[in-house]
Amino acid sequence: MEFLEKLILGISDGGIYAMIALGYTMVYGIAKMLNFAHGDVIMVGGYSILIFFNTTGLGFAYEATGIRGTIFASLIALVVSVIVCTLLGIVIEKLAYKPLRGSSPLAVLITAIGVSMLLQSIAQLYRKGSNAVPIYQFKPTGIFDITMATVFTLGMSIVVMFSLTMFVKRSKTGRAMIAVSEDKGAAQLMGINVNNIIMITFAIGSALAALAGFCSLATGSSFVQPGYGSMPGIKAFTAAVIGGIGSIPGAMLGGILLGIIENLCMLNDTLANYKDAIEFSILIIVLLIKPAGLLGKKRREKV
Amino acid sequence: MALLEVHDLEVNYGVIRAIKGISFEVNEGEIVTLIGANGAGKTTTMQSTVGLIPKKAGKVIFNGQDITKMPCHKIVKTGMTQVPEGRRIFQELTVYENLLMGAYSMKDKSSFKADIESVYARFPRLFERKNQVAGTLSGGEQQMLAMGRAIMSHPKLLMLDEPSMGLSPLLVDQVFEIIKEINKDGTTILLVEQNAGKSLAISDRAYVLENGEIVLSGTGKELSESEMVKKAYLGG
Repeated sequence: MEFLEKLILGISDGGIYAMIALGYTMVYGIAKMLNFAHGDVIMVGGYSILIFFNTTGLGFAYEATGIRGTIFASLIALVVSVIVCTLLGIVIEKLAYKPLRGSSPLAVLITAIGVSMLLQSIAQLYRKGSNAVPIYQFKPTGIFDITMATVFTLGMSIVVMFSLTMFVKRSKTGRAMIAVSEDKGAAQLMGINVNNIIMITFAIGSALAALAGFCSLATGSSFVQPGYGSMPGIKAFTAAVIGGIGSIPGAMLGGILLGIIENLCMLNDTLANYKDAIEFSILIIVLLIKPAGLLGKKRREKV
Repeated sequence: MALLEVHDLEVNYGVIRAIKGISFEVNEGEIVTLIGANGAGKTTTMQSTVGLIPKKAGKVIFNGQDITKMPCHKIVKTGMTQVPEGRRIFQELTVYENLLMGAYSMKDKSSFKADIESVYARFPRLFERKNQVAGTLSGGEQQMLAMGRAIMSHPKLLMLDEPSMGLSPLLVDQVFEIIKEINKDGTTILLVEQNAGKSLAISDRAYVLENGEIVLSGTGKELSESEMVKKAYLGG
């Protein structure tokens, strides 16, 4: 029974990793760069929710508004956070990465680390009372230790993964994204504005990071601090590489796998202490056996 | 007035001067060929004309409009497109989706059905394989798909970069036959080829490119009779 509980929690945590991993993998697939500031977008999302509650005072209105009111306030906070993160993603791409298009991957990588440090430093400026986000503590479902937040996260990640897959496969913009990820030059010859597609990719990735950040606050620790996004960011990046960086189903698979493994480790006290080490070892093992990741394609280098 | 005018085009790769100030023109309805050896600058000329690689200097006028500084995706919308060297079809998309991408720049969707029917009529193999992932097609089929994809956008000027490369002799003949047909249907053609004999035979005019410079130009017939071309490109 405990196994089942951890499995469900694992899939839910995995859904969060998957949503973040999708941002890494799509940006890598389309802009051919690793956006190491992606984790910090989650953190900014967390702060948006915190600041929203602190300035409107809505989070503490439980007595006045009842449960419905707090749920409603949490959902508004989610929307605010998605909007802030989407705009942030677009601004980061425009100001930091776009001027570097075509320059060496190392320059882009260093810039990404710089953006990450910048965002964390800005977050340190916000000191106003507690960093605990008064997000509605979704009540237990009565089944195991599972709260409504876990159910919400499960539902959200399924909807996100399904709609993203449909969007990429069926919409004109989605197909243009595939075209750009395969061959930028040929995509331009079709009349596709590559810069626009890259911007849309950053916007989608950042919106997903905001959703993941909200779910993570609701299901896990509700304290945000400047380094809030680092660990989920690294874990999700690991998930994206395990699944095969650049592959959308790969990011989903990698995320869910990592979430499940992490929670199953909790079943044993010794393993629980080593859960992070175990997760990163799995990355190494997967890369040894399948260097392109579980669902990654071997890149055909052009001659 | 010519459909495409290129004046004093210069292209650099780093410090290497790949194209050293060439001028050429393509008139409406013509088939014009650039011939030259490997590394002469044929592909560079094509790609910089369509805006895929930046120009160092020069001027490109298409259909009366100065497109020198325009980005590639906008140039394509003015009615010029290219079948790139090595086909570069979208391997992960199906044949149908590749043709759909060809029509990406079309604002008016009404002709899409008729367009795709006419591509299928011209290339029956593509119809047979329309739901197949394009990466699984043979080289010849991929070339057909690349050509079909390009004509989906109703180009006034179609550029083809080495369309016969890597194909069997039978398929090469077929490709040249199709180029002639597309031209007859009213599309102006700019061709880059190493197969000088076959391309000169279907060309109205041609230019010979050597080390980034145009060294000779004339009608297809004149050039195929020229001693210099015979010696360098026609094997005797």
